[in-house]
Amino acid sequence: MTDLRPLEDAQDGDTGQDDRLIARVDNVTMRYGDKIVLEDCSLDVVKGAITCVIGLSGAGKSTILRLLNGLRRPERGHVYVKGFDICHMPERELIDFRSAIGFAFQFAALLDSMTVGENVALPLHEHTRMSAEEIGETAEATLDSVGLENTYNMFPSELSGGMLKRAGFARAVVTNPDIVLYDEPTTGLDPIITNLLTDTIKHLRTKLNGTAVVISHDLHSIYMMADYIAMLYEGAIIAYGPTDEIRRSTNPIVQQFLQGSEVGPIPV
Amino acid sequence: MKLFEDFGKGTIEFFEYAGGLTELGEETLSFVAKLRIRLTETVLQCYLLGVQSLVIVLLTSLFTGMVFSLESAAQAVKYGVGTLVGGAVAYTSVRELGPMLSAVVVAGRVGAAIAAELGSMVITEQIEALQSLGLAPARFLVVPRLLALIIMLPLLAIFADVVSILGGMWIAQTYAHISYETFMSSVRQTIGFDDVTRGLVKSVVFGIIIALIGSYQGLRTRGGAAGVGAATTGAVVISIILIFISNFVLSYILYGGSTG
Ligand SMILES: Nc1ncnc2c1ncn2[C@@H]1O[C@H](COP(=O)(O)OP(=O)(O)O)[C@@H](O)[C@H]1O
Ligand SMILES: [Mg+2]
Repeated sequence: MTDLRPLEDAQDGDTGQDDRLIARVDNVTMRYGDKIVLEDCSLDVVKGAITCVIGLSGAGKSTILRLLNGLRRPERGHVYVKGFDICHMPERELIDFRSAIGFAFQFAALLDSMTVGENVALPLHEHTRMSAEEIGETAEATLDSVGLENTYNMFPSELSGGMLKRAGFARAVVTNPDIVLYDEPTTGLDPIITNLLTDTIKHLRTKLNGTAVVISHDLHSIYMMADYIAMLYEGAIIAYGPTDEIRRSTNPIVQQFLQGSEVGPIPV
Repeated sequence: MKLFEDFGKGTIEFFEYAGGLTELGEETLSFVAKLRIRLTETVLQCYLLGVQSLVIVLLTSLFTGMVFSLESAAQAVKYGVGTLVGGAVAYTSVRELGPMLSAVVVAGRVGAAIAAELGSMVITEQIEALQSLGLAPARFLVVPRLLALIIMLPLLAIFADVVSILGGMWIAQTYAHISYETFMSSVRQTIGFDDVTRGLVKSVVFGIIIALIGSYQGLRTRGGAAGVGAATTGAVVISIILIFISNFVLSYILYGGSTG
């Protein structure tokens, strides 16, 4: 897989129909008020691979994830997912489209009026024809798989930050979506859980031949799971490629980021 | 120039608001029309928004009926028309005070609660989480609250009508020695069934206003905890203003300025 170079192969205006790509952010400009967050930003997401997006806090990483499931619409440019241009999809269609994309939020975003189990069961209730019993079992099993046994009947307010995150993670993957977007899945968790979650992300990818886009600052877990790394800096992806290649990159910005050095082109 | 700019900005904001509100209303109604309704949640909201507002509605309308009777009974007796007090109290209660008071009280309590709940769901990303799960917030959150208010507000208004008439009757008897029989026969002569139903039509409209404004204010919350506060205040102020305006319009349409 390391010889794939989707960013260079794909042409501007490519609809992402390229068989190897499942999604493509194409020359997107995005702003909040007067503040430009992304400018002519492009990112390719290879099908069946784990793509990690790295970058400084506030660089716009979460914004890219939200573009990929239509929670944000770009000011200019296109976002293609599974061959659809989701920028021009009406909200009503997007709602259905999104149910096939898992999103694990940075702060879990569990519905606090429901128990943890009900949160995880919710997408199954809404989008499958499973019986109530099957739904309960599936939700329970998914919670177990992220190390959250016996939390089914607890409310989100009774869980610690790390547990919440794993519950959000369970909810994102419970329907076996073919793309899962993880917003800082391991930030703030202990090393053991971090490893567990990193393994879960990898496992899910292998099991379903699914695709994952992961935002992370945790270099150790990135090196463990990433097939591709993309670095977002000043509104655009400035480096993209297979993990080994990025680690060996001569780009001073990438090197400074990976080394965590105070010295270099990134102002501290 | 600055004045024109501000005026222009204000106008644009107004139309944006009205447009967004209309869109939310349409989306919500389309789910209702397709019967995509979460029943258990709707029942729960009936309890939270309706039943739990009962005491405060009863108290406000009881005292309003009493004060209205207190003011009018003394005057009426002085001019020798004490037999009309019951009718006057009932007339204003059923047509105006019952629906209005219950709506204003519920706007303060429930409109604020809806905006605060949905607003904090926005800032904790729970709304985006719903969307990412393929669930429309309009169906998931707004429909149950809208239906709950459409069902409960008219019921609350009936309680308000009854209690303010009873309060007025008690005061008329105590302070102006108008007997319960005189009071009640005047009530019966003055108001009819269609006065009650027209009052309830108002309540339904007020319920829609409170639910939609509360929800819309909540869903458009921006900027952290302070944003939730602003959204909540806005929900109460805007819905109360709209209740007063629509009350006038509805009175005009339903009663057409008639005296009967
Ligand atoms: N809803 C919003 N309104 C206004 N500004 C926002 C909003 N969301 C994000 N931003 C701003 O956009 C920038 C990028 O945000 P984000 O994508 O969350 O960055 P990251 O996830 O890389 O830390 C930040 O400076 C942030 O302040
Ligand atoms: Mg972020």
